[in-house]
Amino acid sequence: MALFDKYAALAEQYRRLEEAGANPFNVPFDEVLSPTEAVIAGRRTLLLGTNNYLGLTYDPAVIEAARQATRALGTGTTGSRIANGSYGGHARLERALAAFYDRAHGMVFSTGYQANLGIISALAGKNDHLLLDADSHASIYDGARLGHAQVIRFRHNSPEDLASRLRRLRHEPGDKIIVVEGIYSMLGDTAPLREFAAVKREYGAYLVVDEAHSLGVLGETGRGLAEQAGVEPDVDFIVGTFSKSLAGVGGFCVTDIAGAEILRVVSRPYMFTASLPPGVIAAAEAALHELRMRPALRQRLNENAVRLYRGLERLGFELGPEPSPVVSAIMPSPDAAFGFWAALLKAGLYTNVSLPPATPGGLALLRSSVSAAHSPAQIDHAIGLFAELGRAQGLLPSRAALAVK
Amino acid sequence: MPEDNEDIREVIFGALRAALPQARPLSDETHIIEDLGLDSVAVMDFVMEIEDRLDISVPLDQIAEVETLGDLVATVQRLKAAR
Repeated sequence: MALFDKYAALAEQYRRLEEAGANPFNVPFDEVLSPTEAVIAGRRTLLLGTNNYLGLTYDPAVIEAARQATRALGTGTTGSRIANGSYGGHARLERALAAFYDRAHGMVFSTGYQANLGIISALAGKNDHLLLDADSHASIYDGARLGHAQVIRFRHNSPEDLASRLRRLRHEPGDKIIVVEGIYSMLGDTAPLREFAAVKREYGAYLVVDEAHSLGVLGETGRGLAEQAGVEPDVDFIVGTFSKSLAGVGGFCVTDIAGAEILRVVSRPYMFTASLPPGVIAAAEAALHELRMRPALRQRLNENAVRLYRGLERLGFELGPEPSPVVSAIMPSPDAAFGFWAALLKAGLYTNVSLPPATPGGLALLRSSVSAAHSPAQIDHAIGLFAELGRAQGLLPSRAALAVK
Repeated sequence: MPEDNEDIREVIFGALRAALPQARPLSDETHIIEDLGLDSVAVMDFVMEIEDRLDISVPLDQIAEVETLGDLVATVQRLKAAR
């Protein structure tokens, strides 16, 4: 029995993808030209799957902030936040995030994954209960596993199901902490946050909302779904990431709950890792500034989202339930998703493949995400490729079949 | 509402039969992942069904320790009795 025999079935699938020369989980980007274009396998390629929602990765102000901070403070902090890794920039970014969300406390983590790990594992103690939406991101599940609380799942986006599970726990001691997401990353659907907030109030629970995919996307000032739904006072903790709308890497949490500073010395994923380099911190602060000052980016993003969603819907693809910057087409099988993905890439369009168990309901998805940086012509070009190759792959009725109807 | 242990076993086996894409022989010795080919999410979804049918909470860490259907029946019986 060799070490990796336990992964034999998965290894076989991975080997088949590598052999076919089309492995969506191992794509080298030779060059990146802009937020919307790269060179992949020597081919100029339109990027439609990078979560670069506001397209700020090449923003001159963001790049300049990173450059200046790197020159002044060096490439890395070489230490954790609780040792030598807290610089002025870390504290400044935390204040800027708290001010943006109008909250008392802000806390920065080294990745978005670690923000969920660090907050969820630290909020819920041994006798507390975590209630997770069934479709939660892996970082939320992993945060729950890292902590010592009792973990209960409720049916995706169902306030009634959450209520019935809280009712079952009503005589159990300990705090009840609900975790949901703003926009779900697989199908692009949003949580019914007003209804969740009402359940939270009824049962005296706490509410954590992960706005990773909704920061800079939803809400009048871009704060996310809680702002759009008008329930910010009911949301006790907002978690998010710098690696999507803020075009960098890192994670954060903001809250008004008194005493939250203690998290800095109890949250292991915050304490036992190196802090973000000064250049990354400065870039995130500059990107947050751009997000606040340029609401037109959000408007263009949402126009692009609707354009792609309606375009694919018209072609006859089965999509997630509502337009959002994440647009996923449901494929009949994983093999169909791999085949379509490879054909699109060969034609110069980069998308994503998402498979169970990462996806809800055992679905195989051809996932796209749009950016404010896409031009309408780029979106239309992508829709054209979906049409042509969708027909060629038998995912859409052929033109001849349509003509007969 | 089923109360005795035989009823609990019947509820679990019944929920599992409904969740499986094709009929399989089920016994206390059946390994839920290896024998039935369910992935981790499918197992958690099936446990959510059992929670509703028996009006109990089954925390995820207790599911993680379950390997066979017999383990699951014992875990659920214990949780039901503790209520």
